[in-house]
Amino acid sequence: MLVASLEPLQYSIFILVAIAATAVVLTRDVQRQIVVNGFYGILLVILFVVFAAPDVALSMLAVSTVGYPLVVLIAIAKGRAK
Amino acid sequence: MTRRIRVAIFLPALGLFGVLLAWALVGIPDFGHYRGPYGYLLNRVALPERHMTNVVTSVVFDYRGFDTMGEEFILFAAVLGVVLLLRQGGREQPDELNDSVGSDGVRIGGVLAVGACVLVSLWLIAYGFVTPGGGFQGGAALASSVVLVFLVSSHKAWSGVASDHALDPFDGVGAGGYVVIGLGALIGGLPFLTNVLGPGVPGTLWSGGSAAFVNWSAGMEVAAANLILFTEFIDEYVVPLAAGDTAG
Repeated sequence: MLVASLEPLQYSIFILVAIAATAVVLTRDVQRQIVVNGFYGILLVILFVVFAAPDVALSMLAVSTVGYPLVVLIAIAKGRAK
Repeated sequence: MTRRIRVAIFLPALGLFGVLLAWALVGIPDFGHYRGPYGYLLNRVALPERHMTNVVTSVVFDYRGFDTMGEEFILFAAVLGVVLLLRQGGREQPDELNDSVGSDGVRIGGVLAVGACVLVSLWLIAYGFVTPGGGFQGGAALASSVVLVFLVSSHKAWSGVASDHALDPFDGVGAGGYVVIGLGALIGGLPFLTNVLGPGVPGTLWSGGSAAFVNWSAGMEVAAANLILFTEFIDEYVVPLAAGDTAG
């Protein structure tokens, strides 16, 4: 089975990612959602490092902390201005 | 569509999807027990053949370099689309935005962070075939580091660092450089993108051969493309909004 072959650190981070993903969906206010999504992104970065994929973690770090929040914030600001 | 009909459609779909997902999860191999042959094969041949210690980069920029060229041009085309839609020729420059960050601590800390982040990003690109990193990751990180200038200082400082005129050539040269390196092999009578300069000394900056130059070229393209994207968004959306706020 898949679960049996995972180490404690590996399934701990899996559970944290699942909790954070649920939190992103349950956050209703969009600006707060961006912050929660940032936490979720950082947890994904840790997940990639734990599963020995540092290359993917590096891309995710830049995308989840700067790229994605910036574009979403601008889209929200644009929507409010109308 | 009433709530009842939606639920009536949703529940069977959920059940079907759940069964398929559970079936797939049961069949997953144990963690660390990868079944495909390519990973083992590449782990064995990448270092002796290409002298690159980062096997991922050797796949991305050498063994499957042709695929990556397509990916790079997806990004290039996407940014070209954004520029065509958003960049307005001869738009009037807005009045000087008074958006300087007041806190000296934030400014000093921010500027130090920009320097540190730029340095790490350049290292990620430069040594992408030796240690974890590479042109795509390092390029995205480099662009993000420069965006910090906008966050910790002012729009004026940002415009000084990231302007269309300065960035466009980097984007073009980065994307075109990849193709030129590939064509260089053709001139020598070899297949497109053959690693003619390799393999070099493992663990050093001179270890990837042609793939090292392909990696640096992609890094330049990715960094410039992301910065152009941010520049267009900031100039077309953020600045007009901020100007409207101060006027109103």
